[in-house]
Amino acid sequence: MTYGMRRRIVSAMFVGACALSVLIALVPLAMILFFVVREGIQSLNVALFTQMPRPVGETGGGMLNAFVGTLILTALGASAAVPIGIVSGIFMSEYKGSRFAVAVRFAADTLNGVPSIVVGIFAYGIAVLPFRQFSALAGGVALGIMMIPIVARTTEELLLLVPGALREGALALGATRARAVFTVIVPAALPGIVTGILLALARIAGETAPLLFTSFNNQFFSTNLRQPISSATVQIYTYATSPYVDQHRQAWAAALVLVAFVFVCSLAARFVTARVQRLRG
Amino acid sequence: MGDRGDLGFRLAIGAVALLVVAVVVGIGVLLVRQSWLSIQEFGVRFWLTRTWDPVAGEFGALAFVWGTLYSSILALLIATPIALGIAVFISELSPVVLRGPLTFLTELLAAIPSIVYGLWGIFVLIPLVRSLQAATPESIKALPFFSGPPFGVGMLSAGLILAVMVIPFTSSVAREVLKTVPVAQREAAYALGATRFEAIRAAMFFARTGIVGAVMLGFGRALGETMAVTMVIGNRPNITLSLFEQQHTMAAVIANEFTEATGDLYLHALIEIGLVLFVITLIVNAGSRVLIWAMGRTRTPQLAAAPAAAGAAA
Repeated sequence: MTYGMRRRIVSAMFVGACALSVLIALVPLAMILFFVVREGIQSLNVALFTQMPRPVGETGGGMLNAFVGTLILTALGASAAVPIGIVSGIFMSEYKGSRFAVAVRFAADTLNGVPSIVVGIFAYGIAVLPFRQFSALAGGVALGIMMIPIVARTTEELLLLVPGALREGALALGATRARAVFTVIVPAALPGIVTGILLALARIAGETAPLLFTSFNNQFFSTNLRQPISSATVQIYTYATSPYVDQHRQAWAAALVLVAFVFVCSLAARFVTARVQRLRG
Repeated sequence: MGDRGDLGFRLAIGAVALLVVAVVVGIGVLLVRQSWLSIQEFGVRFWLTRTWDPVAGEFGALAFVWGTLYSSILALLIATPIALGIAVFISELSPVVLRGPLTFLTELLAAIPSIVYGLWGIFVLIPLVRSLQAATPESIKALPFFSGPPFGVGMLSAGLILAVMVIPFTSSVAREVLKTVPVAQREAAYALGATRFEAIRAAMFFARTGIVGAVMLGFGRALGETMAVTMVIGNRPNITLSLFEQQHTMAAVIANEFTEATGDLYLHALIEIGLVLFVITLIVNAGSRVLIWAMGRTRTPQLAAAPAAAGAAA
């Protein structure tokens, strides 16, 4: 075998190995989606969303309280994190050269890398311990903290993409910085920011670890923010580790709902990103 | 007037941005304060002993540290070659039409909630690992890596599930890093008659700092992962090399025992584990960001220097 042939064979093998790694990664993805859909669809029915859990041993019932809980927790988290995240993002992009902006960016990236269970401990410390009471509010605090850095960094990145001429035009017309930001720059980046928020929502709606000892769990229907509250994810955890087949069934169905939500959000994000890229040429 | 208005605006949004910094600092302060009893009581011994006996009030976290490091390194060994292969395939080899869909699919892996991974782990992966273990010949089971009871629950399942979860993070950062390698560099390699492999190898060598950063970022993710791991690893504080043995991790012990912790010392011991997890992930993430950032910085001077260097060589 000549040297040149050997080099070509090595190269072909390398290309093959790279293609193979893509296939290897797609196997677990396909398997997860396949099982979640196959197992979940059997138990996906109206009762899942409209009925309360039945006592252990009885079949049927649903996870109404858990889904309502997840909605409340996600909304609580978002209501704090979206404004804080967007404003922090504006700060980082408007004053990008300043030392403080670098510090905020570093803090946001750090926060993004903090394990969710540690965020849970923090929320426990500031929102459970002082009141000696697990509560929906504490769960919302935990989810909000997880969401802030995602919203902030997405906002920053998208604002930096807005052409400088837009800002200069607004300032030349005599707008103050604040006016230029809120009436020209942010609106120009809005579709992307909304996408970022959607992705962040998908991420926190699927969180379990930070809720274990903040919002805890509640077998009853509750919308009281000062009481423990159930959530779809913690309920899946409880059901998955229980010995009852009927609970496993419902865990799969709830997992299907979560995955469908994540999938739709990711698809929407991809659609918007593609459109933004096309507009920018 | 305008200037004063701008200053007011800057201060107002700066105050909100300060919250982000305050949360990070707050997490550090709270973790130290809430673990103080344990830090004082055990000192360094906490990290060097493995007795975890809440009833006797004796706490040593060595077994959890072992499990966290073992599972994360195992995940890294499995995930890194695959993630880099994906990054190279998508950024260098794939037909343009496949690029978007493949990126979307790998990122979907990152978007699937941890609890769904755990559910899948319990009902699909564990039975698979169990049958794999049953099919393992006795001669191989004699090795320390493969001994252990045939439960399917254990280190191998945890490592596998973590690897799948880490792949999208490493590969997406590696892809970004490869994008910063100047096209001229690859063109030069091809012009010299390099094969695809040789040109890409040169590009990867150019991007090595950033690629190490990408791998570290994946490691940081693996260290802190909680739900999926706690559902498949078995939650037994064993210190063993065996892939089939049930083990435990730092994040898993917090998730499992936090609400059951009776007594302040027990709670403080768990929070001390959280504190160290926080510090480790902080260091790993900061390190990886510095590397990726350094990679991005070398790009411009290199580009500017390239024609000059070429001229000198000629």
